[in-house]
Parts: sequence; C-alpha cells; structure tokens
Amino acid sequence: MTISLAGVGYRYAGATAPALLDVDLELRDGEVLGLVGASEAGKTTLCLVVSGLAPRTVGGQIRGAIRLDGEDVDAWPMHRISERVGIGFQNPATQLSQVTGSVFEEVAFGPMNLALPRDEVAERTWSALESLRIDTLAERDPVRLSGGQQQLVALAGLLAMRPEHLVLDEPTAQLDPAGTRLVADAIERLAADGASILVAEQKTDLLAAICSRVVVLDGGRVAQLGPAAEVLGDRRLRDLGVAEPSAVRLQRAAEAAGVHDARLSEALAGG
Amino acid sequence: MAEGDRLTESPSGQRGVPDFVGRPGPSAYHRLNPLTKATLATATAIAAVALGGLVGPIVLVTAAVIGPALAAGVLGRLVRTALLLSLPIAVSAFLVNLFFFPGASQVLLRIGPITATAEGLGFAAEILVRILAISGAVTLFYLTTRPADMTVDLERRGISPRVAFVTNASVQTVPAMVERAGQITAAQRARGLDTEGSLWRRIRGVLPIVGPVILGSIAEVEERTMALEARGFTRPGRRTLLWAPPDTGAERLIRWAVLLGLVALIAARIGGWLG
Repeated sequence: MTISLAGVGYRYAGATAPALLDVDLELRDGEVLGLVGASEAGKTTLCLVVSGLAPRTVGGQIRGAIRLDGEDVDAWPMHRISERVGIGFQNPATQLSQVTGSVFEEVAFGPMNLALPRDEVAERTWSALESLRIDTLAERDPVRLSGGQQQLVALAGLLAMRPEHLVLDEPTAQLDPAGTRLVADAIERLAADGASILVAEQKTDLLAAICSRVVVLDGGRVAQLGPAAEVLGDRRLRDLGVAEPSAVRLQRAAEAAGVHDARLSEALAGG
Repeated sequence: MAEGDRLTESPSGQRGVPDFVGRPGPSAYHRLNPLTKATLATATAIAAVALGGLVGPIVLVTAAVIGPALAAGVLGRLVRTALLLSLPIAVSAFLVNLFFFPGASQVLLRIGPITATAEGLGFAAEILVRILAISGAVTLFYLTTRPADMTVDLERRGISPRVAFVTNASVQTVPAMVERAGQITAAQRARGLDTEGSLWRRIRGVLPIVGPVILGSIAEVEERTMALEARGFTRPGRRTLLWAPPDTGAERLIRWAVLLGLVALIAARIGGWLG
C-alpha cells in the first residue's frame, strides 16, 4: 500500500507561479511521513494533490504521475480515491457535514456514504470514537462542541472510513496536549495496521515522536527528505522556516553551555 | 428507538446503532413524519394567502399553527421566532397599507401630510395575518423537525442524497452565519469598532462585519465541499441509512387530503367562489 509521486507539479487556476514543482515522493506501507515547511511552502497543496482533491475538486493544472498501490490514478473519480485515501483539514468546523444530529451520526457519515452494511457502519463508528476516547460525546450535537472536540470528531470520521492512506493537514492545530497525544496514538495505531500516513504539522515535537521520515518543502520543492531524526536535527531547518523539536533545541542549548552529560543525551534521544 | 423504522435490527447489541439516533420527538406533533409536517406547513402558508379576508386566515392559524404549537409545547418559542422573522416586513407592509392605501376615503387619523384610512387598516390587517400565518407555519415546522430527520426521510423516499443534503444544509447555514456574525462582531468591537449608539453609528458598524461574514462563508463552502468529497459523498448510488422516521397509512391519507383540499381552495379562489 503505497502512494508515489513522480515529477509532480501543480498550479492553482489563475495562479502565475506553480505551487508545487517536480515533487518525487513515496509514502510506504505503515509509514508516517511528516511534512514541514514555512508558510506558502506548499504543504497544504501537497496534501490536496496526494488526496486527489487537486485538481479534481480544487481545479488547476497538474503534471507528473501519481500512483496508488501501483495504479495510475489520473483518470479516477474523486469518490473512488476517497475510498482509499482519507484527508483531514485544519479547520474542524468545515469538516463536519452539519446535517447530522449527533456525534455518532457525524462519524458514521463517511461509512454510510460507502454504502457499508448498517452493522458495519455502527461497528466502525464505535471503534473510531473509542480510539480517540470520545465515545462519551456520541450523543452530543457536533456543532455545539469545542474546536478541539470537533477536530477529534472530524478525525474519528476519517478513521471510521478505514482508509489505506491518510493525509492530515495540521490535525492538531486546535488541540491541547492531551488531544494531541490522542491523535498521535491514533496515527501510530493506524500505521501499525499498515496504513500509510502523511502528516503536515507545525508541531515538530509531534513529528519527532511519530514519524519515520520527514520531508521539508521550500517554495513548492522538496528541500530535504530523510529519516525524521536526521531531518529534524538538521541545522538548516530553521533557515527553511521550521522550528526544531524542543529536544533538539535543548540538546543544542546544553552543548552551547558546555553541558556534556551522557544521561541527558540518552534522555533527549529517547524523546 | 420505539417508533422509528430501524431498517434492520442490529444483532450486535450495545455496539449497534444507539437508541438516541432517530429518537422520537417529545410530542405527538414532533413524532409526525417530516413530510407530513412539511405538507401541513406548506398548505397552511398557501391557504392563508388563498383564503383572503381576516376570519379565514385567523381560524386557519389558530387550528394549524397555534393549536399544534400548544400541543407540542413550543408556543412560546414559536411566537418569539415567528415575530422575529416576520416583524420587519409585517410592520412595513402594515404601515404602507395603513397610510398609503390607494383610493381610500374613510380617514381615521391625520399625521401631518399622511393619513391613516379605514380601508388601509382593513387591508393592512389582512396582510399582517397572512405574513404571520406564513412565518408561523414555517417556524412550527422548524421547531418540531430535526433537519437530519428530514434529510433521512427524503433519502428513504428515493430523493438524491445531494438534494437532501442541500435542503438540510440550507436550513443549517442560517444559524451558522448568525454565529459567525457574532464572532466577527465581537472581534471587530475588540478592535474598537463602534456598533452601538445612534442609528447611523450602527449602520456604519455593520458594514465591516457584512463583508467578512459573506466572504468567510463563501471560502468555507470550498473547504466543506472538499471535506464531503473526501468522505465519499459524491459516490454514486444509495447510502446506508441508520434509521428512518416512521410513516403511517393515516399520515399518508392526511397528506393527500390536505393537498386535495388545497387544490380545491385554490380552484375556488381562481373561480371566484370565495367572494
């Protein structure tokens, strides 16, 4: 179960400059790939392209090849891609369907669209709610929840669709540390089950904890791609508009202060 | 769920569809099928216009709006909401007809250059009752029907999920925009925007709020569309429904009777048999 991009470029309708240029990327089985970059680097655009929404829903022009588990998806309609690739956005309010009366029905919305048997819809919905520990919210009206709760509900809605591939654009933007941890746990469980996951995030601490590799975008191009510890520990990261994880900052501060303690290094390396 | 149609019973007990999905409403009127309530609301609104005069619409509003609202326990909310909805247009229509009714001769009151007339008062009262009947009928439907129930019922009847969604989303958009307007107003006031005081100040204060509300809503439509696409909403074919509102033979009979009655009323109005 892989998603591969080869020489992918993308230009929004009416834009003079491309938002993505010559992107080569492979998202592997069971892998969590972190995506970082400064504002306007192309992170959201890459998420839209990988999920198939660009250009199918967004419009614009795309070039290069995108393959889903080896198949060229160029001619696939969006609903076919959505059965395999899920995408979550930063703003929870726009991810809710707003036509359901309870959190349970909101999370069930995707599986219902897939015309799954009723019992399977219910089973998937409970499972997704429990995995994010929001089953106690099942009866609540989704539009009356806090932003953080809505984000978890939106994510549960994606999990209930059991996508083979998941694209998350700033999934923890509105979450407190506890909510962020729940999302991280859910992502790790999905990956352990074999899903490949692309996570665009500003919180590099989170990426350091859950990603095997990290890609850095700069001006729509891949500036760096490699193992998470290597990329997130690179001193050029700040020049690319990305803050290092706190463990890296602490390590550097300790080195600058002349503190050389094996136990500290070991603790920081362990996250 | 005792009265709704569960479509198929879940053998999986607690992990099946929970009871609160499609829970019956608190009153007999709430529990009517959404299509029955929509038929009654539409027929009431049209009949109030077709009947003409004062007595007919007042009897109709009493029987088809106030009575059911009382029985459903929503009379207070209905009066408040219906008045809020209709007051601006009702007041302006009432005043225009009261003071500027063409060809009126029986003067009731003179205020400077304008005169209130008896003919104008009669016609204004008729207009007022019709507007209140329409807003009351629509409000009664809104207060006793969950939008999700209406969507499910339309889908069960074979209406495209997209059409059902648009119908529902249109109703849901209003409170969402009101909430957004409140948030933007608070944000603008925090930055010194004066939205209180004289009428002119209030008008000036509204302008910086209208733009962000409308533009923000338009921007959200694109994101919302993408989220729906990503959740398989555009997939062709029927969706799975977790439940459907009950519909009885008696209700079907009522709907047909109401529709036939409405057609007869309109025919009588067009034929001039109502005077």
